[in-house]
Amino acid sequence: MRLQLPNPGLEDRILSHEELDKLETEEAGSGDRPKWDNKTQYMLTCVGFCVGLGNVWRFPYLCQSHGGGAFMIPFLILLVLEGVPLLHLEFAIGQRLRKGSLGVWSTIHPYLAGVGIASMFVSLMISLYYNTIMAWVMWYLFNSFQETLPWSQCPLNYNLTGLVSECEQSSPVDYFWYRETLNSTPDIGENGGLQWWMVLCLVSAWAVLYICIIRGIETTGKAVYVTSTLPYVVLSIFLIRGLTLKGSLSGVVFLFTPNLTELTNPTTWLDAGAQVFYSFSIAFGGLISFSSYNSVHNNCEQDAVIISAVNGFTSVYAATVIYTIIGFRATERFDNCLGGNILVLLNTFDLPEGNVTESNYDQVLQSLNGTHPEVIQGLNLKTCDLNTFLSEGVEGTGLAFIVFTEAITKMPASPVWSVLFFIMLFCLGLSSMFGNIEGVLVPLQDLGVFPKSWPKESTTGITCVLCCIVGLIFVQGSGNYWLSLFDSYGGSIPLLIIAFCEMVGVVYLYGIDRFNDDIEFMIGHKPNLFWQITWRFVSPAIMLVIFVFYFITKVTETLLYKTWNPESENFPTLEEKPYPAWIYVIIFILAGIPSLAVPGTALFRLCCDLI
Amino acid sequence: MLVWILFLLCQVGAPALAQDLCQRDAPNGYKVRISLKTALGEDAYEWNQSEMFFFQATMAFAMRRHFQMETYNVDNIILCVQTSRVSFWFVVTSPDNTTMLIPKADVEKAVRMSRHRINNAFLLSDRTLEFLGIYPTLAAPVNPDTPPWLIVFGVVIGAVCAGIIALLVSSLLQKRRKEKGMTEDGQDEEDMQVKGVENGINLDGTYNRGFTDDDRFTKL
Repeated sequence: MRLQLPNPGLEDRILSHEELDKLETEEAGSGDRPKWDNKTQYMLTCVGFCVGLGNVWRFPYLCQSHGGGAFMIPFLILLVLEGVPLLHLEFAIGQRLRKGSLGVWSTIHPYLAGVGIASMFVSLMISLYYNTIMAWVMWYLFNSFQETLPWSQCPLNYNLTGLVSECEQSSPVDYFWYRETLNSTPDIGENGGLQWWMVLCLVSAWAVLYICIIRGIETTGKAVYVTSTLPYVVLSIFLIRGLTLKGSLSGVVFLFTPNLTELTNPTTWLDAGAQVFYSFSIAFGGLISFSSYNSVHNNCEQDAVIISAVNGFTSVYAATVIYTIIGFRATERFDNCLGGNILVLLNTFDLPEGNVTESNYDQVLQSLNGTHPEVIQGLNLKTCDLNTFLSEGVEGTGLAFIVFTEAITKMPASPVWSVLFFIMLFCLGLSSMFGNIEGVLVPLQDLGVFPKSWPKESTTGITCVLCCIVGLIFVQGSGNYWLSLFDSYGGSIPLLIIAFCEMVGVVYLYGIDRFNDDIEFMIGHKPNLFWQITWRFVSPAIMLVIFVFYFITKVTETLLYKTWNPESENFPTLEEKPYPAWIYVIIFILAGIPSLAVPGTALFRLCCDLI
Repeated sequence: MLVWILFLLCQVGAPALAQDLCQRDAPNGYKVRISLKTALGEDAYEWNQSEMFFFQATMAFAMRRHFQMETYNVDNIILCVQTSRVSFWFVVTSPDNTTMLIPKADVEKAVRMSRHRINNAFLLSDRTLEFLGIYPTLAAPVNPDTPPWLIVFGVVIGAVCAGIIALLVSSLLQKRRKEKGMTEDGQDEEDMQVKGVENGINLDGTYNRGFTDDDRFTKL
């Protein structure tokens, strides 16, 4: 006896199977609904949407900090139990109901329209700040076309007597990122004004996005041939280059060395689940839209499995490449540290060059410490440990714009590698933006915000212009802090709620029996036991657990943020400050409004029906 | 005889005097540190007395170049406290009076002026041939008129704008063509429908004008 919530009128809202078949043959020409030119475009678009910046800069960090190779176990388990079923669900429901996210949920039940609206809000918020990251990538890309990269050396100060003090205390890469790119203020309250160079980059990022989505999937489908394939080419080039650098293998070994005790730590499983969930770009509504443009009998089950496999493979592949370069950088730092210490010893004791090398450094130090302990103390030698340098693994923008750029400056022919790296990041982000914007545009069309008579070019244009204007928040001096705020709160909790509601809605409101029949109609066979169990019990349970843990963590943690403050005592370490009181209002708007849209719309509809 | 003894004493005493002038932490002296292996690796030459002589000659050249009037000689550059690091101290005596040392500031100016020549003479750089206390002058930054990133930005934004305009224009033309085509098609469709319904049977498919009943219109 399957649990099925009452859902009157469902039959009237959806097309029956016969009607779908008729639609399929009649719509042979150009119908009302756009279609994919071929299957490749659809697959590349979905792969591009799923594979994004998170695969490059979040997964390697998680892998390394949660026991290396052992992290693969929770990652793969949760990929299979959580990622693949959710993906299949979204593909199937979009293909069956042939509408965007708002249309699909309103069709299933009018009270569920809130899920579609929440999806739209989340997609909108993420689009706003995601394209700012694209603007940063473009800024670095534009600056890579120089023989000496601007972040490889500190600039001279005003009277040319020395280096700029802020740069000297930190490092050239830090200075270039915090001062010359962001022009970061020390506090989120000080907005620092608009940074004109970042405004130009933001405009160019939105312009490039606009030209790719100007006619919807007609143009997007062509753009993805480049944006989805180029990252793999660049990753392979970097792998070959990375493996020939000194110290790269130590990085890879460090990444994959398993530490099985980490598996007993619940945070590991939580982080793995969250990474799988966010990596698949589920609950944005973009995937539902994309699969609604497919033909009815497209094999969505196969697509889901293939895309999940590609996503998982890309994460591991990107992690390997990143860690060859990080291994190289760590080895360089270690060599420099040790070299510096050796030089100090040689200079203080006037020993001939080559007397103290890396191999006998410890012995020599010990013997010298025995004979001249006070001198050695006064030298303040640094402790050099390769593992410390390797575990300096950062994530997020720190990895891309500080750690990796530093590593690039140490490679021969740096401008080439820099251009390649930032083109890869740009393509990764752009293809994800296609999905985000789709999740915004289609619900807007369904809500009727734009008149139907307006051409597609103008609706996309207006959306891009408005998003660009609102996105100017993120190019102020304090823009970086706003961005992390949006990232932490706008894109986390609401998505989990939406995904949970999606599963419950399809399985218990639409009816798992009807869903099984639909899939049998579409692909020819009923979904097997694996899908049944995961859709009905396992995946919703995992979503609930992750949501509860995430919610508790976010609510109980003290709200601190890291600032770049040259005046602070521990400079160049980022200073942690508490958020001002009015930020809590912002956080509530970011996380609360999409989440509350789900019950809110239901109540609204209920009231309308009762009246 | 006395003069001869005095002369002998001077010969013996001169180096001793020179030793007094040049010593570790001499007030008017500079310490030089050379890192051959760091600079040249396997091509490093051996630092021996000939190289020391070369250094004296180079310093004399630097002093001559700076002062331009006084004739400095190799003897005016006194070296001492050599170590195997390769580091040593040197002082510069005046060519007129060998007991008088040239002040530190003047020596610094001379070294700064000819630093590049001195470095090149030994195939070294500012970092590997160090004069402790004389900091290398930093190279003046090359400031291009337009920052390079602005040029790349201009190219990218120009290409994107051109693409956007091209796409908009093409879709506008397509729309206009469709509208024009619709009005023509409308007439054709009417004719086809009229001729298509013969004997009450709706003919599917395209109408083949080859079998038209033209006789209808050409009645004799």
